[in-house]
Amino acid sequence: MSDVLAVTEHRRGELRDVSFEVITAGRNLADETGGDLHLAVIGGDTESFADSLNREGVDAVHTVSEGEEFDHDVYTQAVEALHADLDPEVLLMPNSVNGLDYAPAVANSLDLPLVTDAVGLDYDDGLTVTREMYGSKVETTVEVSGDQQAVTIRSAEWPAAEGVGDAEIAEFDVDIEADDGSVVTGFEEVGGGDVDISEADFIVSIGRGIEEEDNLPLIEDLVEATDATLASSRPIVDNGWLPKNRQVGQSGKVVTPTVYLAIGISGAVQHVAGMKGADTIIAVNTDPNAPIFDIADYGIVGDLFEVVPELIEEFE
Amino acid sequence: MKVLVTVKEVAEVADDFEIAGTEVDERYLEYDLNEWDDYAVEEAVQLKENGPAEEVVTVTVGPERSEETIRMALAKGADRAVRVWDDALEEPDILDVETKTTLLEAVVEEEDPDLVLTGVQSGDDNFGATGVSLADELGFQWGAVVNALDYDEAENVAHVHRELEGGVEELTDIDLPAVLTIQTGINEPRYASLRGIRQAQSKEIAPKSLDDLGLDAGAVESDLDLTAMYEPESESDAEIFEGDASETAGKLAEVLREKGVAE
Ligand SMILES: Cc1cc2nc3c(=O)[nH]c(=O)nc-3n(C[C@H](O)[C@H](O)[C@H](O)COP(=O)(O)OP(=O)(O)OC[C@H]3O[C@@H](n4cnc5c(N)ncnc54)[C@H](O)[C@@H]3O)c2cc1C
Repeated sequence: MSDVLAVTEHRRGELRDVSFEVITAGRNLADETGGDLHLAVIGGDTESFADSLNREGVDAVHTVSEGEEFDHDVYTQAVEALHADLDPEVLLMPNSVNGLDYAPAVANSLDLPLVTDAVGLDYDDGLTVTREMYGSKVETTVEVSGDQQAVTIRSAEWPAAEGVGDAEIAEFDVDIEADDGSVVTGFEEVGGGDVDISEADFIVSIGRGIEEEDNLPLIEDLVEATDATLASSRPIVDNGWLPKNRQVGQSGKVVTPTVYLAIGISGAVQHVAGMKGADTIIAVNTDPNAPIFDIADYGIVGDLFEVVPELIEEFE
Repeated sequence: MKVLVTVKEVAEVADDFEIAGTEVDERYLEYDLNEWDDYAVEEAVQLKENGPAEEVVTVTVGPERSEETIRMALAKGADRAVRVWDDALEEPDILDVETKTTLLEAVVEEEDPDLVLTGVQSGDDNFGATGVSLADELGFQWGAVVNALDYDEAENVAHVHRELEGGVEELTDIDLPAVLTIQTGINEPRYASLRGIRQAQSKEIAPKSLDDLGLDAGAVESDLDLTAMYEPESESDAEIFEGDASETAGKLAEVLREKGVAE
């Protein structure tokens, strides 16, 4: 019973990156528990998904052919049935939006302790999970008791698994009880509009450090003086100060400019997901410990209301 | 219909702080209403103002101090509040999802709401799991990370959007009773008006112990043990510009010119 079961994820016909990251996390863990790594792939074109998932270190891929897209009722029942069948020590799931829509239900039904948003996993006689608190200001280690545990892993924390494996691929039959109390009716793309920030070469991006909408013109002056493209973190869009198509991040746009100038942005993981591919990252922030400085190439520890006017002057 | 909103008081850490054992030293903490719950409260209050909801009740698991935060939710229009606390809850460094589920389940059973709204996550320990776990325990329908909600009274269905990654939203119809976890941006949370703040003073905050909820200390035994807390090691090799605002801005400008993005 020291196996690891990892659940993969796909959307609109494609496996999502976290599916390959969960393989790496699962393999490392299975090496420590001394067990096998089992994968589950549920719904969609399971056959071709299973082929792609058959990477180095995977012992078995269990496919559940049920539905095209994510449906939490199907995922919950399928994972529970697989768990009962395989009896793994640790159950890994992605800490994605969909992961958060079924993992807590699975853990609750199976009566497993649940730790979400893991950034590190360690097994030595028991499971220890590393996770962050207070917007990444501190890191913690959490020991999880019990014989079996459930963990969701943060995306982009583990490298994607590579190589070709020789996993056993098998269809797993589950009797899914139809539940039409919640029904997915479709998808919608959001955040289109006039400007495509993903094409921009120089992005000036503004976060909650700006404090009030009235301070936005200051940044607009900078944008004009430098001929940059204006973007922002989520709270600015949530407040309605900028339209959704300006939001950079996990639920916004992914941008890859030559320079990303982050002003008054803390660098939360969901924001970083959208901008870490920039060639050069520059941060202006009053907090020297803000996580944005971890990924920045250049930084100013200082007040944007002092720095930005000076910067505008440089270019006028 | 009756809406129950989970409201959490979260701690925010100052820019400079110290860690004492496995906690941030109390001196560096400030308490506030959880950002995501603020949106959940607003959504519930709007359901009341627009007709379908008759009553909005908040539930908090928290010590007496959290009443200040609860009053904020009451000032924004919730009708009354339940606050669950017990000495047994002082013990664990983190309350695990199971404990929160058990406590909230007991309150749901007493209150019998049609709709439960929670925040997607809390800003301090960001587990992001309580709402869905609670729904499973109750046998309610659920939806996680909801950023649009349109309740159809005739059908008793919530038409919701779930905000997936990468600018894609999933459209889902969810029968009530249900638990929805609310994402920021779904609405514009109001500021508490002076009148609201005054009214909140006379609204009920009902304290509940484990005993009141028919639970014993065993219900709050945690499977999780916080064994260490530390400031993450920065792997940064960022070049930090030194000097006053004009010097640092000058150096920044130089980099921008060097990279050829601004002249
Ligand atoms: C499911 C989900 C999806 C999400 N998707 C996204 C997303 O796509 N994009 C996104 O950005 N976020 C997203 N978030 C939110 C994310 O977790 C953070 O809440 C958000 O990124 C924080 O934005 P911020 O950095 O602007 O604000 P804060 O975290 O509040 O940071 C403000 C920063 O400004 C600094 N500051 C304050 N005053 C000044 C000053 N005068 N001068 C200089 N600096 C100052 C502070 O030190 C602080 O570091 C998502 C969250 C969830 C749960």
